Amino acid sequence: MMAWRSAALAAVLAGVLIAPAQAGTLRWAPQRDIVSMDPYSFGDTFTLSVLNHVYEGLVRYDSKLQIEPALAESWEVVNPTTWRFHLRKGVKFHDGADFTADDVLASLKRVSDPNSPLRGNLPSYVSSSKVDDYTVDIIVTENYPLLLNDLTNIHIFDQGWLVANKAEAPTDVAKGVEGYATSHANGTGPFKFISRKPDAETVFEVNPNWWDKRKHNVDRIVMTPITSAATRVAALISGEIDFTNQAPLQDIPRLEASSDLKVLSNSELRTIFFVMNQTPKAFESDVTDKNPLQDIKVRQALYHAIDADAIQKVVMAGLSRTTGSLVSPAIPGYVPELDKRLSYDPELAKKLLAEAGYPNGFSFSFLCRNTEFVNEEQICQAVSAMWARVGLRPNLNLGPTTIQDAKFDAGQFDVGTLGWANEPMIDSYSILVQVVHSKTGNAGVFNWGGWKDAEIDALIDKAGATVDRDERLALQAKALLRANELSMFIPVHQQPMAWATGANIESVLQLSDNKPRHWLTRMAE
Amino acid sequence: MLLLIIKRMANAIFVILAVSLLAFTIFKFLGDPVQLMLNPQATQQERDLLTERLGLNDPVPVQFAKFVFNAARGEFGMSYRNQMPVMEVIAERFPATFELVLVSSILALLIGLPLGVFAAIRGGTVMARVFHLISMIGVSVPAFVIGIMLILVFSIELKWLPAFGRGKVVDLGFWTTGFLTPSGRAALVMPSISLALFQISFIMRLVTAEMLEVLRTDFIRFAKARGLKARAIYFRHGLRNCMMPVVTMTGMLIGDLIAFTLVTEIVFQWPGMGFLFVQSVQYVDIPVMAAYLMIVCCIFITINLIVDLIYVVVDPRVDQLVRGGGNGH
Amino acid sequence: MATELSTGRPSLRQRLWAFYDSDLIWSFRHSPMAILSAALLAIVAFTSLFAAWLMPQNPFDITQLYLDKANLPPIWIEGGQMPYLLGTDLQGRDILSAIVYGSRISLIIGVASVALSMTIGVLVGLMAGYVGGALDNFLMRIGDAVMSIPTLLVAILISAIFRGMLPVDYRDAAAPLILVVALSLTSWVVYARMIRAATMVEAGKEYVLAARIIKVPRRRIILHHILPNVLTAALVTATLNLGLAVLAEATLSFLGVGMPSAQPSLGTLIRIGNQFFFSGTWWIVLFPALQLTLIILAVNLLGDWLRDALNPKLK
Repeated sequence: MMAWRSAALAAVLAGVLIAPAQAGTLRWAPQRDIVSMDPYSFGDTFTLSVLNHVYEGLVRYDSKLQIEPALAESWEVVNPTTWRFHLRKGVKFHDGADFTADDVLASLKRVSDPNSPLRGNLPSYVSSSKVDDYTVDIIVTENYPLLLNDLTNIHIFDQGWLVANKAEAPTDVAKGVEGYATSHANGTGPFKFISRKPDAETVFEVNPNWWDKRKHNVDRIVMTPITSAATRVAALISGEIDFTNQAPLQDIPRLEASSDLKVLSNSELRTIFFVMNQTPKAFESDVTDKNPLQDIKVRQALYHAIDADAIQKVVMAGLSRTTGSLVSPAIPGYVPELDKRLSYDPELAKKLLAEAGYPNGFSFSFLCRNTEFVNEEQICQAVSAMWARVGLRPNLNLGPTTIQDAKFDAGQFDVGTLGWANEPMIDSYSILVQVVHSKTGNAGVFNWGGWKDAEIDALIDKAGATVDRDERLALQAKALLRANELSMFIPVHQQPMAWATGANIESVLQLSDNKPRHWLTRMAE
Repeated sequence: MLLLIIKRMANAIFVILAVSLLAFTIFKFLGDPVQLMLNPQATQQERDLLTERLGLNDPVPVQFAKFVFNAARGEFGMSYRNQMPVMEVIAERFPATFELVLVSSILALLIGLPLGVFAAIRGGTVMARVFHLISMIGVSVPAFVIGIMLILVFSIELKWLPAFGRGKVVDLGFWTTGFLTPSGRAALVMPSISLALFQISFIMRLVTAEMLEVLRTDFIRFAKARGLKARAIYFRHGLRNCMMPVVTMTGMLIGDLIAFTLVTEIVFQWPGMGFLFVQSVQYVDIPVMAAYLMIVCCIFITINLIVDLIYVVVDPRVDQLVRGGGNGH
Repeated sequence: MATELSTGRPSLRQRLWAFYDSDLIWSFRHSPMAILSAALLAIVAFTSLFAAWLMPQNPFDITQLYLDKANLPPIWIEGGQMPYLLGTDLQGRDILSAIVYGSRISLIIGVASVALSMTIGVLVGLMAGYVGGALDNFLMRIGDAVMSIPTLLVAILISAIFRGMLPVDYRDAAAPLILVVALSLTSWVVYARMIRAATMVEAGKEYVLAARIIKVPRRRIILHHILPNVLTAALVTATLNLGLAVLAEATLSFLGVGMPSAQPSLGTLIRIGNQFFFSGTWWIVLFPALQLTLIILAVNLLGDWLRDALNPKLK
């Protein structure tokens, strides 16, 4: 009887004691949850940036967005197709296992598996082999210059853990194996994975045995996604949340006015642009015999009809950087000529449409997401109105990212949005090889609309085999300029990133890749 | 009596099967599960393999039978979005919804019953009319509007209460509770008030109407003639006699309650089953949608069955009615 | 009148006249709530009907939305501009126009769904009550099954599913129709049960027996003789359920599976504005919410009054 009662008392006390926010606990509220604890399961920048707190790659970006060693201490190019990495010794996984070459091999095998959704992030990979316990050779296609950039996003698993938990193959729902890595994690990173309730709460705790020098004083991270922008702001203001990496733009003045809160806003690497279906047949249009969007005049008409200034001022609260370039100025390969936009001229747009044979416009399907880019829903609605005013009839279809991306991938759209940050390469080769290039081989994975230009393809292919950096960047700039000439896409802006921190946080590092790095965060003492 | 119970249960089972049919239809005909589960680069061979493995090549009645059998065991397959078993995902959210509904229902009964009685007693006075109006407003203001207003006043302006979530919860193994922590209790306040408001109005109007009926009856008049104290009359005799319709209607109330809970959970970002359901609709996570439908309906049917049985046991007149004719409700 | 044979059954017209005579109207005139509610609904109906002439903007037409007129406050606040009396939202929609057009679509959907569920319910109830036997059993069991699924759940499912299945071109245009169907799919049962009970009572009466003896076809008996006598109860229930229907549509729109933002109903407007409620542009949410509440309140009050006025026990 007494034992029972004291047990009950203990339980109550334990509950009460858990209640107040522990010192050193970072309460993080992103707009949406990560999709899985498995870093190979979805090629989603946000998920990867969160998982980077638990897992690490062979190399990583430093605070100036330059590549620096991480799990690999050094490397050299042995021959044009072989890179040799010397691994860091004394690193341990969270479960205590040692980090060795076997782990790297197992991870590379897993990520390059034909079923792996992330294999597009390692496009040049051929194979890898073990030289000794702390040395690995990675074989790539000839002269591929950007292996290191790619490797920043390839996180390393412990081979023993993969085998013990039957997770060597990437999450394969067809085999009925519940992906162990979906809800469990064992990495080498600064934080350990503790628990996860999808769409509710994910908890990380500091890894006291991390190999790197600890610069942060965060002991625990509790991540609770809050989809509603208003609720997120309310939570920040009332102090229930310490940090969000998606502060709603319309609330920034309010947040800044609050003395406890700080807002870090800047434009990030991600460029938002419209993509257009350029296959012979439109997806859903009243024009059934051909695709109006194949005609450059039509594409230019859509471009001229957009009042980018109004969007920047009203929808983006003046925080975006209107651009004519597919890549941000911080991306290697950018040249200032790329930034020139077609003017806002609705009359010219109507004229062009008439010249192309559509004096009364035409209807088309317009696909946008509502959980992905900043204010994407509003941008699309505003642009719909602008296009309607020049006689076009866009049918706007909104939905969450996973649903819409599936449609994009299947080519089920006429006009749509895409945002590209060139992660993790931080080089314009990324957008060129994955988006602009036609769909051939490993290239053009995101070429959803079948756009194609032989000259551009040739330039990109050449750049992919050019080791000299300046020469390569010149080729890439030329390809980008030509894409602009052809009005292949309609750039809109580099989107703003807005982080907000509460009173408990002293400092947070925000780089233009918009990735939170809480191993560099300091909380208020 | 036994016959009646058996009839009722047979009825309930039939209804459950019908609901399963609906859930199964959703499961089978909407969205292509194969396409949704595999990643877009999968080959045709892999699709065929998955189709076979999911049993999609069996004849439809066989699939339905399997579906029902699995459902009875709690096996609803894997959630597309979370890649975890559906039952696990739902079971994880269940405590949140349960606690919310429990607290708000208790609140509603504690406030609604006495108010309903008083409104009945005070007949045509101004007080009663005011109560009536307030209860009308309670039924008319949409739940989400109330929620938004509450958040504005108590979270944003006054900063007294949290704007979202359940606060800190204590994990008791199979159950997570918010009752044991101050932040958990604070987080319960606004959602349960929001949810209770419409229930209070509902209960008030019901109790008032029934009480008025009862108060007109002879035996109350005789009680008054005998000189029984007002309190005894109203509560011991009056209220008890109108409880049965109230209890029955509670069964009906559950249906509305489920709907309102959904909205409340969305507004307050309460991580319960309703929130899960709405998200699963957004993300076309069909197994979760189908499972939620089945579970919610089973709960509803079970509660109604229990209410029916209580009714039968407590009110001897029902037995006669049922044996005499078939006029149901 | 003296030349007419009295057949013992009151005609539809006579019954209507009996009902709408004095008692009801008297009750109406002496109930301030009822008058107020009716007046409010009349204003809403009037403005909805003539919206195109009265309102400065048609918010359902996206070519009339200009970004540079976005986020304007109501005119009594600094920054407000004519003719946007109640301000504008983030896309440049005039709130007042949006409210009027939104009320229109909300009411249309509400009334249509109630009409549809009443029609279905009455037909089912008549058949079940009159024919009885196995058909009755079957229909009532289906009714039980349907009633055990909360309306909102089904409505969400149906709405989301059908919208997903339609080609993009028709999606927005079909939204009202889908909503009406989705809302009536589970609400017909109440009418069915009521009508069935009343039909069974009527079927036992002498005039029906007389009709059968002289071989009046079954369909005629049901539709021309029994129906008028059982309809009034259904009508009262319908009025009471109208408020629920409007509320349900608003809830669906708020959740994102109702009317799309290109044709916003009041619920949609509240959903859109909710994001900005705490950011300073409170008018986007407040006015639609107020309007929605007033409409539902008015409908409920009227329904309440009607039920009390027609309730013989309270006389």
